[in-house]
Amino acid sequence: MNDIASSSFVRRDLLAERPAPVKTTGFVGLMRTRLFNSPTNILLTVLGALLLWFTIVPSVRFLMVDAVWSGKDRAACLTENVGFAVGACWPYIQAKLPQLIYGFYPEAERWRVNLTFVLAVVLLVPLLVPRLPAKGLNASLFFVAFPVVAFFLLHGGGIKGFGLSWTAGLLELFDDSIIGAGQALLDLSKTSAVGPLLWVVGNFVVLIGTAIHWLILPLTWLRDQIQAAGQSVWADFAVTAVIVSLIAFGLGGGLRTGWRALASSIVAFVAIAAVIKLMGLDSGGLPVVATNLWGGLLVTLVVSVTGIVTSLPIGIALALGRRSTIPLIRIFSIAFIEFWRGVPLITVLFFATYMLPLFLPGNFTVDGLVRALIGIALFTGAYQAENVRGGLAAIQRGQGEAAAALGLSWWKTTSLIVLPQALRHVIPNLVNSFISLFKDTSLVSIVALFDLLGSLRASFSDPKWSTPSTAFTGFAFAGIIYFIFCFGMSRYSLFVEHRLNAHRRN
Amino acid sequence: MSTEARKPPPQIALKIRRILGGKAGWNGVAVQLAFAAILGWIGYEIVSNARANLENQHIAAGFGFLRNNAGFDVNQTLISYTGSDTFLRVFVVGLLNTLVVSVVGIVFATLIGFIVALCRLSPNWLLSRVGEIYVEIIRNLPVLFQILFWYLAVLAALPNPRQSISLLGIAFISNRGLVIPSPIGGSGLAPFLVVLAFGIVAALALRFHARRALFQRGQVIRIWPYVLGLLVGLPLATMLVFGLPFTFELPQLKGFNFAGGSRIIPEFVALTLALSTYTAAFIAEIVRAGILSVHKGQMEAGASLGLSRGATLRLVVVPQAMRVIVPPLTNQYLNLTKNSSLAVAIGYPDLVSVFAGTSLSQTGQAIEIIAMTMGIYLLISLLTSAIMSVYGWRVSRSLGA
Repeated sequence: MNDIASSSFVRRDLLAERPAPVKTTGFVGLMRTRLFNSPTNILLTVLGALLLWFTIVPSVRFLMVDAVWSGKDRAACLTENVGFAVGACWPYIQAKLPQLIYGFYPEAERWRVNLTFVLAVVLLVPLLVPRLPAKGLNASLFFVAFPVVAFFLLHGGGIKGFGLSWTAGLLELFDDSIIGAGQALLDLSKTSAVGPLLWVVGNFVVLIGTAIHWLILPLTWLRDQIQAAGQSVWADFAVTAVIVSLIAFGLGGGLRTGWRALASSIVAFVAIAAVIKLMGLDSGGLPVVATNLWGGLLVTLVVSVTGIVTSLPIGIALALGRRSTIPLIRIFSIAFIEFWRGVPLITVLFFATYMLPLFLPGNFTVDGLVRALIGIALFTGAYQAENVRGGLAAIQRGQGEAAAALGLSWWKTTSLIVLPQALRHVIPNLVNSFISLFKDTSLVSIVALFDLLGSLRASFSDPKWSTPSTAFTGFAFAGIIYFIFCFGMSRYSLFVEHRLNAHRRN
Repeated sequence: MSTEARKPPPQIALKIRRILGGKAGWNGVAVQLAFAAILGWIGYEIVSNARANLENQHIAAGFGFLRNNAGFDVNQTLISYTGSDTFLRVFVVGLLNTLVVSVVGIVFATLIGFIVALCRLSPNWLLSRVGEIYVEIIRNLPVLFQILFWYLAVLAALPNPRQSISLLGIAFISNRGLVIPSPIGGSGLAPFLVVLAFGIVAALALRFHARRALFQRGQVIRIWPYVLGLLVGLPLATMLVFGLPFTFELPQLKGFNFAGGSRIIPEFVALTLALSTYTAAFIAEIVRAGILSVHKGQMEAGASLGLSRGATLRLVVVPQAMRVIVPPLTNQYLNLTKNSSLAVAIGYPDLVSVFAGTSLSQTGQAIEIIAMTMGIYLLISLLTSAIMSVYGWRVSRSLGA
């Protein structure tokens, strides 16, 4: 012990303070570690600064400093009248704003568009905030009820019948077509080499058609009675409500557990009745605004929202079909998905515009906007199918096996166990698809629909506003709108992704 | 006494049921029959309606129209074409124009994309922000918007040919497009090309030899001086012997336009600019993700083996990153090819524009023309995905997975 004590050294005075370590945080630290720490880095920093200087400064000058803010026509934005090199010509945007947002939608009816926008925001915002409750109700309102209401708000017009008439009409059309096909086969059998075979098949098809005809007779009879009685909408509505509620009651479990289904069905029909009454759909509804008058941001939003709403069910169905073990359905789904994913959207739009009308019966015309919507729905549906398939593949087998062990059917397993988890997994991918869909809506301007970009392009040709800076101003304005929507969606997808992976972070 | 394991029963009925109906068994067969009936019905409806409609419009179905004279001009053709050529030739002209704009776009998109990715990965804070801003702005604007922006705003704002912007006195940009010097073959062209081809083949053989020596005997052969000599020195020497292989004809301003040189139409310039900058933003993200996907430990392991930073990147990091990068990269190339169909918006004579646009409106043969156009794009994308699946199979095999 003594040895240690004698050899130990005890310092009596304090060491001189060491200099503080180099600051590596804050702005100075950033400069030191990430900007000016080596000759190459200094060079790169200068390069970056120059790049920014030559892009940001002219942009700001163009958009703000040199811009003209008020005026009545092109004279206000000409250099020789103003006295300096003119930047953005904002009065041009002011003058064209209604056209860029509503297209040629009649001025007196524009409140309908605004109301639709407000409704969409009111329904969409709670859907996007994860913390808010009642997602199921909210989603069904947005994805099912809102499109219908929006259609009658934007397009106007009323309804002549309700569920019963529509179902009966559709079934009748289907039946007529089957009988027609059978007749065609019978006609063919008189001249064909395999006549007897065709005759048998034709007779069989006609027989099926006739059977269906007798099967749907109660429906068509009921419809004819209602049509004859006047006040057809409400009578039809009442009958449909009773039938659908009874079916819901029966499927929900009858006297034992069906009361809940019955109650929700009745509530839904009361809500539908309220909407019909409120919008006066039974008495002609709002004045019709034909879709060729729609334009600008309205068309962009209508196309993208319809695309989003319709592509998701198509995508889910195709994804399930592609994973199915039933050969024909799997092959069909694969072929369908690969076909639409392999062709450019613009050819799909050409297809929808020029080819689709040829495939429909001659007396059946489809609105130009609806044609584009069909094309976009099929196209986006194929892409969504691949996204959903990714989510389905991420669900472990054990989930399905556990459901099977509980005795759930395939439909129940899929809709209650697998799909909810799979869809939650792929929300970021779905949102990314929606971003590209939103961007791709600009393509409808090629098939003579005036979306935001199309209206912008049309407004360039107005001689009243043709100045050297018109085109740049217009593109700046439209670019800002597109950017806000797309950037917002991409941030939202990042946010959801972050939330989903919260447990995986370390 | 040993009991032999009993053979499992053949279960032929079960197997047939499985093949025909999948897991759902006979229910599956029933579903398939119903589905086939519906498909058949839809097909029948389509065919009968299309027939009736075509008859009403007095359009003869079939591909006979392809032999008719087109009767319109195309302002950019790679093969000789006049208005009296057939629609089939229009199809080929359009297809070639699509391919040329796609290839040029792909080259530029890859270049810009890799540069932006390097910017984003750079340790320099400012440069990585610049890369990020580029990617965010470009990705969040529609590609058609960007094509129209370049065409209607930027190129239209350029001065006319008389005041065109000169690039070092050899190329000129104006609102009529880009004029560049055109090469004209000289006396030394043939020997030059022969020697160049020989040099390339010899360099490839040398590389093959060096790699074999490395993998089989562990012998490192330094080949780059020879390769340089073969690819640069030999052609230079031939040039000295036989004279210049080609001379450049410089564009001259004559009157209101340029004479000499080759003119690249503004539509092509706008389309290439927009497509390559747009796709570059996506490529940059793919490359960045690919390089970040290689674990940091790989770099450290390379360093601990004594490899230099460049050698580690070249031999360890990049091959692993490429495995992640290549499939989405081809996807982007495919997207660029498909997006080139937007040429129709600005009138660049690509396949969609001259065939599905002008020819369709002249002949009214909607079904045939759109089917052919879609078929070509489908063929391109199926070929690409076939090549990609072979690539994926090779990569997974080489990794022993």
